[in-house]
Order: sequence, then C-alpha cells, then structure tokens
Amino acid sequence: MKERLIQLEVMRYNPDTDTAAHFQRYEVSCPEEGVVLDALNKIKETIDPTLNYRWSCHMAVCGSCGMMINGEPKLSCHAFLREYAGVIRVEPLAHFPIERDLVTAPDDFIEKLKRVKPYLIPKEPKPISAGEYLQTPAQLKRYHQYTLCINCMLCYAACPEYGLTPKFIGPAAIALAHRYNQDSRDGGRDERQEIIASAEGVWECTFVGACSEVCPAHVDPASALQQVKIASSIDWFKEHLLPGGGK
Amino acid sequence: MSKPLIREVPPTSWYFRHPRYLRYMAREVTSLFVGAYCVLLVVGLQSLAAGQSSYEAFLLALQSPASIIFHLLALAAALYHAATWFNATQKAMPIQIGEEFVPGNLISGAHYVAWAVLSSVILFLAGVF
Amino acid sequence: MAKSNKPIIWFPFAAGGTVIAFFIPVIVLLTLLAALGHVPAGLDYASMHALADSGLGKLLIFGVIALSLWSSAHRLRCTCYDFGLRADKLVANVLYLAAAAGSIAAAVYLLRI
Repeated sequence: MKERLIQLEVMRYNPDTDTAAHFQRYEVSCPEEGVVLDALNKIKETIDPTLNYRWSCHMAVCGSCGMMINGEPKLSCHAFLREYAGVIRVEPLAHFPIERDLVTAPDDFIEKLKRVKPYLIPKEPKPISAGEYLQTPAQLKRYHQYTLCINCMLCYAACPEYGLTPKFIGPAAIALAHRYNQDSRDGGRDERQEIIASAEGVWECTFVGACSEVCPAHVDPASALQQVKIASSIDWFKEHLLPGGGK
Repeated sequence: MSKPLIREVPPTSWYFRHPRYLRYMAREVTSLFVGAYCVLLVVGLQSLAAGQSSYEAFLLALQSPASIIFHLLALAAALYHAATWFNATQKAMPIQIGEEFVPGNLISGAHYVAWAVLSSVILFLAGVF
Repeated sequence: MAKSNKPIIWFPFAAGGTVIAFFIPVIVLLTLLAALGHVPAGLDYASMHALADSGLGKLLIFGVIALSLWSSAHRLRCTCYDFGLRADKLVANVLYLAAAAGSIAAAVYLLRI
C-alpha cells in the first residue's frame, strides 16, 4: 500500500492543567486510502499516547468518532485522507463542552433525546398473545429514513441555531420524535408534541439546512423539522379555531 | 472531575465559519430587500388612490438611478428567495404515493414550472408581450 | 413545557414566503421596466385603477402585499438575531408592527379606490 506523510493539527485540552485549548502539530505516515481516524490511531500508537478521542466501530455505524475536520463536522472514520491536501485541522465537535482533547460531553443531547420519547408508545396496550403489530411496506417506508440516525451529533455541531440557543432541542432529537410520530403502530404523538412543538422545540429552527448536509446517515433532519412545523401549525389552528379543539 | 471547556459561538460573526452559513444568511437577507420593495408597493398604492397625476409622478420617480439600482437588488433577492423556497418544498412536503415517495426534484420542478407559467401569464396580462 | 403559539406567526410567514416566491420576482420585473422608462401597458393609470377597483383585484393586491410584508418582517427578525442583535422582543415588536401598519395602509388605500 502506498503511504503518504500526513500533517495534522489537533486541538488539545487537558482539564487538569489547561485553561484554554491549543493546537498540536503531528506528522505521521499513513496509507493513501486511510481515514483521519487511522492517522489519529497511528499518532496515539507511535507518537503521543496522551491524545484522547472516542471511536469504536471504524465503519460509520456507531456514531462515536464525530469531530470537526477542517471546520466540517465529520465522522473521522469516514473522512478519507485522499480528500484532504495540506495540514488537516482536527477539533472536537462544535457546540459541545470539551472534556479532554477531542472528547466532548454529549449529556445535553442525551437529555434532549430522552425528553422526546424516541420509542414506540402503542395506541392501546396489547398482550403478546394478541400477536404482532402489522405494518405494510408503505407504512414502513413512511418513516424508514428517520430510523437511520446513529446519534453521532454531527447535526448539532453543524446547527448554528443550537450553537446560538443551546436550549433548542435540536435536529436529531426532533427528527427521531418525527420518526415515531410517522409510525403507524405509534400513538404517542400528543405526548411528544408537548416537547417538540414548544418554544424550545421546532420553532427555534430557521431551516439553515446544515444538519442534513452533514448527516452521515442521510437522515435529512431538516426535512423532518419542516414537516413538524407544518403539522404543528395545523394542530394549532385545529385546537384554537375548531369547536372542541378539532378532536 | 475537572471542568469541561465551553467554547462560545461568536454571536456576530459565526456565519463566516462556513460557506453554507453565508449562503443561509444571503437567503435571510433577501427579506430586507423584499420587505423594502413591499413598502414601495404600498407607496405606489397610495399614489394610485390619490389620482392619475400623483400615480404618474410615482411612475416617473421610479426612473431615478437609485430606484433602478434598488430594483436590480430587489430582483436578485426575489429570485434567490424563489429558488431557495422551491428547492425547499420537497423537504417540507414530501409526497408518498402507494409505497414510494415522489422524487423530490419532481416536487421542486413542478413548482418551478408553475412559477414560470404564472409569471408568463402575468407578464402577458400586463402587456409586456 | 407547553406547546407554543408560534404557528400564529409562522403560518403566515410560510404562506407569505410562497407568495413572494411566486409573485414578487415578476412584479419587480414589471416595475423595473417602468423604472427603465418602458412602462408596461398594464401598469398605466387606467389599467391599475381598473384592477384596484374590482373586488378580486383589491383582494389579490392586499393578499400579496400583506403576506409578503409579514413574511419579510418575520424573516428579518430571525436575521437580526442571527447577526447578533439580542433584543429579540423589541425587534419582533417593531417589525411585526411595521408589517401590520403597512398592511393597514394598503387596505385603506385600496378602499379609497
């Protein structure tokens, strides 16, 4: 395999000794067809064992290795070295607190994800003996795209509105709420609307569209959020203008 | 546990961080020109209500160089708004027929076609051709 | 947490955005022709007066102006925030009131025709 000398400028932060982050330059030889994560692994193995970052699957499935690569939120296992010329600048995911080096704290996202109830809430309880919940291929296709989310938080790092207004529930969580709202087996929409149609919910979105551009799983959260805005508007007019709240 | 590092987003300059943010801001700023143009329409309506001589003075006033420059900016803004709006329709209003979703470009494309037809009809009715 | 009343603002914004996309470019083109000294026949006093004199014409003109103004005001509000202006309540009040004033003025002028 052909090797190439890769230069990386990696953001470093040690919470025990540093008050600010700084960049450290590394030079490492890597196979042409490698990814940025390979370069980081080689640095950690051969040059600097103190470098911290998260990763697990190395195949764009687990969603752990998100970082800013030349200013773009990317999975580092999916950022191909051949696509970068010159020094590659690697920073932790934007908009999240940095715990150490490239490791960020995902707590805010996890808390928001819990709040939107991203799981099936059946319309009425059904014993196992009553059989499975049937679904047609069309009903599956209706929400399938939104099931592909790997919770990598790249969309949060790309969303300027989340950066400016951190209380915003954000792209992935609302897209996942939409995924369950669109599911024919689900009856939990009213509960989720209380969260995602609130002021901190979908209404903080100004449709920048960056979330969908960076999503490695092609979930298209921006699309989900626009649909939620339209559906929530229809809800509002039904609730306030129709007798009996349109029920 | 030591304390995590919080990086603030620069509130007045964040959009220089990436070209996609500049494209977004350009789309948002079109509202300034479209809004100002609507005010111009209200002024035109006022002159129309005030009678023929005042309306014709309004039409004449449109010929100032400042007005021509403003019109060119407003036209660019309105066209950029229209393009971004039609491109967004496929995201906001996906259509599922049977099992399959209608291809997004067909939804946006239909909007462009309707827009071209409507604009041509208005130009025709206004006697441009 | 409660559901927001934002749809009151957002729905006319979305409707206005659609109106702007479909109508404003061609209307700008028409007044641009007038600005260049080639007033289209449909923009002369008699034609415009006849249009604004009809009920349907009044409704059409008012609808385009009011929805476009509202949509622009709302987007401008978000733009101010994005540019770092944090007095959102004040900005919102000023812009929405301006849009409403413009619409009322348009309605008054139309009713005088």
